[in-house]
Amino acid sequence: MMLDHAMLANLIEDTVVPKINFWIYIILMMTGLYAMISKNNLIKKLIGMSIFQTAIILFYVSIGVKSGSGIPILGAETQREFHEVEHHNHEHDEHPEEFPDVYAYPTINPDDYANPLPHVLMLTAIVVGVSTLGLALAISQKIYHEYGSIEEDEILAQIKTRSDNDD
Amino acid sequence: MTTVHSIVPLLAFLVSLVAVIPIVLLGERRRNAREAATFIAGFIKFALVASMVPAVLAGKVLEFSFIELLPGVALEFRVDGLGLLFALVASSLWILTSCYSIGYMRGANEGNQTRFYAFFAVSLCATLGVAFSGNLLTLYLFYEMLSLATYPLVTHHQDKEARSGGRTYLSYLLFTSIAFALPAVIFSYLNSGGNMDFTSGGFLADKVGGGSALVLLLLFVFGFSKAGVMPFHSWLPNAMVAPTPVSALLHAVAVVKVGVFCIIRAFTGVLGTDFLQTLDVASVISWLAAVTVVTSSLIAMTQDNLKRLLAFSTIGQLSYIVLGVSLLVPHAVQGSMLHIPMHAFGKITLFFCAGAIYVASGKKYISQLDGLGRAMPWTMGAFAIGAMSVIGLPLTGGMLSKIYMIWGAADAQQHALLAVYLVSSVLNGVYFFPIVYRAFFRDPQGGEVYDRVSEAPLPCVLPLAITAAGSVLLFFFPGLVFELTSLMISAD
Amino acid sequence: MTDQLPAIIVLMPLLGALLSVLLGMFDRKLCLPVALVALAITASSAVAMLANVLASPGQSLSYRFGGWDPLVGIEYRIDALSGLVVLAITAVGFLNAIYSKTRVRDESPRREHYFYALYLLLVAGLCGMVLTNDAFNLYVLLEICSLTSYALIAIGNRRAALASFNYVIIGTIGASFYLLGVGYLYIKTGALNMDGIHAALRANDIADSPTIKVGFILIMLGVWIKMALFPLHGWLSNAYSYAPTTTGTLMAPLMTKVMVYIMIRMMLSVFGTEFVFHEEFWSNGVVWIATVAIIAGSVLALARSDIKKMLTYLIVAEVGYMVGGAWLGNHSGMIGASYHILSDAAMTFCLFLAAGIIINRTGEARMNAFDGAFKKYPLTMIGFTVGALAMIGLPPSCGFFSKFYLISGGIEAGQWGFVVALLFSSLVNAVLFFRIFERAYFPKDLASGFEFGGDPDAKPDRSLDQVPYSMLVPMLIAAASLLVIGLANQTIVGWLNTALASFSLK
Repeated sequence: MMLDHAMLANLIEDTVVPKINFWIYIILMMTGLYAMISKNNLIKKLIGMSIFQTAIILFYVSIGVKSGSGIPILGAETQREFHEVEHHNHEHDEHPEEFPDVYAYPTINPDDYANPLPHVLMLTAIVVGVSTLGLALAISQKIYHEYGSIEEDEILAQIKTRSDNDD
Repeated sequence: MTTVHSIVPLLAFLVSLVAVIPIVLLGERRRNAREAATFIAGFIKFALVASMVPAVLAGKVLEFSFIELLPGVALEFRVDGLGLLFALVASSLWILTSCYSIGYMRGANEGNQTRFYAFFAVSLCATLGVAFSGNLLTLYLFYEMLSLATYPLVTHHQDKEARSGGRTYLSYLLFTSIAFALPAVIFSYLNSGGNMDFTSGGFLADKVGGGSALVLLLLFVFGFSKAGVMPFHSWLPNAMVAPTPVSALLHAVAVVKVGVFCIIRAFTGVLGTDFLQTLDVASVISWLAAVTVVTSSLIAMTQDNLKRLLAFSTIGQLSYIVLGVSLLVPHAVQGSMLHIPMHAFGKITLFFCAGAIYVASGKKYISQLDGLGRAMPWTMGAFAIGAMSVIGLPLTGGMLSKIYMIWGAADAQQHALLAVYLVSSVLNGVYFFPIVYRAFFRDPQGGEVYDRVSEAPLPCVLPLAITAAGSVLLFFFPGLVFELTSLMISAD
Repeated sequence: MTDQLPAIIVLMPLLGALLSVLLGMFDRKLCLPVALVALAITASSAVAMLANVLASPGQSLSYRFGGWDPLVGIEYRIDALSGLVVLAITAVGFLNAIYSKTRVRDESPRREHYFYALYLLLVAGLCGMVLTNDAFNLYVLLEICSLTSYALIAIGNRRAALASFNYVIIGTIGASFYLLGVGYLYIKTGALNMDGIHAALRANDIADSPTIKVGFILIMLGVWIKMALFPLHGWLSNAYSYAPTTTGTLMAPLMTKVMVYIMIRMMLSVFGTEFVFHEEFWSNGVVWIATVAIIAGSVLALARSDIKKMLTYLIVAEVGYMVGGAWLGNHSGMIGASYHILSDAAMTFCLFLAAGIIINRTGEARMNAFDGAFKKYPLTMIGFTVGALAMIGLPPSCGFFSKFYLISGGIEAGQWGFVVALLFSSLVNAVLFFRIFERAYFPKDLASGFEFGGDPDAKPDRSLDQVPYSMLVPMLIAAASLLVIGLANQTIVGWLNTALASFSLK
């Protein structure tokens, strides 16, 4: 049974497109992992590490997306409504006789706003990633000072000759 | 049996541990004071142990427990007839061995004597810990402590021989205890429902099946390899690199007796002789012990090094005890318990003599001993008495325990094993008799004249004379040991 | 004030780190006192907090940062197990700081303030990891620990930088897997608070969904990488051996054990025993991995002639103990694993301290550093001996009791391979350490032994091993603690029982 165009298109439409974010992050992650493990040059490893971490960040952010939603900040109109209700209720607390009613806050439809929590979490993760990168670069610098190279095979060869000399 | 709470066992246990402090502090500079410290500790220890005799004979069991180590199992001392008997033997012989050590160590100009006396004291502490153990976990704990405490003693000379002897010693003991005894302890704990106290019918009685009981027995017998059951016996001849006082007390009395003591506890307190009789699996152990008895006697016959010969003789005698207890009938079990003091006094005499010979004349080999009896009459005389006790000849204590064990074999209808006892006694005679004969009835080889050789120093000769006399006295006045062991049998 | 203890425990070292850097710019000699004061306060807070926990109903405390409800804020939850682990962390941190007095001066001159800042941050991160009840907060603290440890290792000798670099790479993979796992859980449960996730898993019956399973696997993988479970252990040996002495003595006892704690916490509090032990195939599989880890760690340790490397492979074996114990799925195994966290932290600490003293005094990093050591450094060797006997598993040290519980658990679960591996490891440890004892006991020239009480001819110059008290005392305290933890094991296990009671283990 040959895969003809229609079947392929269906396949892509059912599995890839709805979950495109997952596919992208998987590909990025694997790229990063590959670089981290198989590259010889230390800086390339770090670039791979960065790509790896970025993939995860993208994944998280993509979780918060809802179709038809906007950024998770209340619009100007809604903000004004909130302020009015808040002001009124405050007056109610101070002078209950004058303002007997308690107003309810306007309802907000969560579907209109993307989920902000993953964004917040990823702010932290980005910071972590940057710190790790900075630290790793500093360590690479130290390695370079010590061995004069940032290629792992050269460094290992040097280590070997040094320990042979020591023994 | 009523249980009485008492702090005396703890005190007796701690005496020698506390004694380490003055021993170390006094050091080589004040060696006489140091030796005095050992003696004082020894006498106090013996006195404390002896003070418990009336209570135990009256049927009480003295108990002291401290921290709970596992749910339901505490670090616990419980003194009953068997434990007290062993403690009496160990503590009395410690005093004598300390006296002997003074003569030997100073006579042979051994170094590092402070370390020697210190670890000796710790070893005795561990031995009493085993003797007084109230449950299987405490027993295991002090068993291991003894292995470690005796290592510096075995490797005392710190030369190549000592190193390899020490390696064999510790590797056999630790390997068997971790690989066999530890699983047995854990298995017992799991099947006992959280109780490991030695009870007089066995705390595992009716709780395990026949196959498990056999496995447990094997694990115990091989795990407590201080008892020297073959094939885990090689550590004993190899440990003869130690100075003779070490060999004497530890390997003729304390260490190896700890091994058989633990096996006796396993049979009587853990599984229970009555329960084992219903299962009919103990005969496997009997045959293992019997093989050890015969093989060790045969090997002993080929040895020329006196201490090695004695080591193989000990292996055989220990397996008498294992064989006795595995017969499960009261006379055999009592005989095996009796053999602890009887063999102890006999064997220690022999080792003392071997050491005295070395100190006085520098000789280690039997072939060199011709005519020595005339130059060292006391020593060789004591040797003869000790040999008689080990063989089981009349007028020595060794005969009583052997008779009981043989009687037990007859009770149990195990005629083949009875024959093993008799044949091995003959073999014992075969390898001991030539030594005595050569010493007294032959002329020194090559016309050597023993003019410069006289008896060993007094601190050496006195103890060996006392222990030889003890062997004889135990024949005529065995009352105390009989009563203590009978308490154990009647309770079963 | 006592309500705020959980926060104090994490904040004190943070403040200390800040002070250390600031004051250190003026006078570097102030850094150690600052660190000691901060750690002392933290340690005493840990003791007080443990007492609070044990006194409170259900033996569990909850602390909410800023008073926010757990569903929106960050919550710290402490039970007896976390209380004990925090106590271990702070005690080790404090004692090690004392130990570091001379070492830091020698190994990182002119940078003490940075060293202590990193040190304190590491302790803060470890404590936070154990206390937190929020899965993402745990990631943050995990990375705090990781980053500080990368830096602390890289300070070391010439090979340290490359070892640290490799650790960076692998550690980041591990932490990122954990983060990914948390993300998967969040997708399905919408919660980050551990109790919230647990409740959501139960209530909505989503435990069977592939997302949750993959999330679990990712979290486990991440944690296993960070605890160096065989075969993910490759980074451990180099990282810990080339690190400076005080870094090694701080990290070796703590980091892997805290990761084991995290694994147990995830297994029990977040996913629950029903989920984790649902498929016997997988839990048996993990126990087999642990069995291989024990054997491999022990055998690899035997082959090493460098002291520190040998000790690090022993850590790999010990991690196998704990992972195997936890995955046995029964009560004894979990108790064994939890108790072993404390026990192994103490044992590793004691051994690393003693080895550090010997290596430092002799200038030798290989086994021949121990030649004649019983004579030259009797007190140090006594400490080392106690640690070694605990590792072998002889009573009454804590190592015996951990093995006892683990073996009991293994027998009950029918995992005979695990039981055999535990016994095998004891035997291998015995061989390993007795080789060292032989070296230490039999001097090289085999002519003179070692003598208690001094020879008559010895000059009375030696004061306690010629080792500064700041190094000797923490080690002896660590050695003593091995016996205390062992003898008091019933008390500790009693507390652990209460902590584990709420999770239905067989």
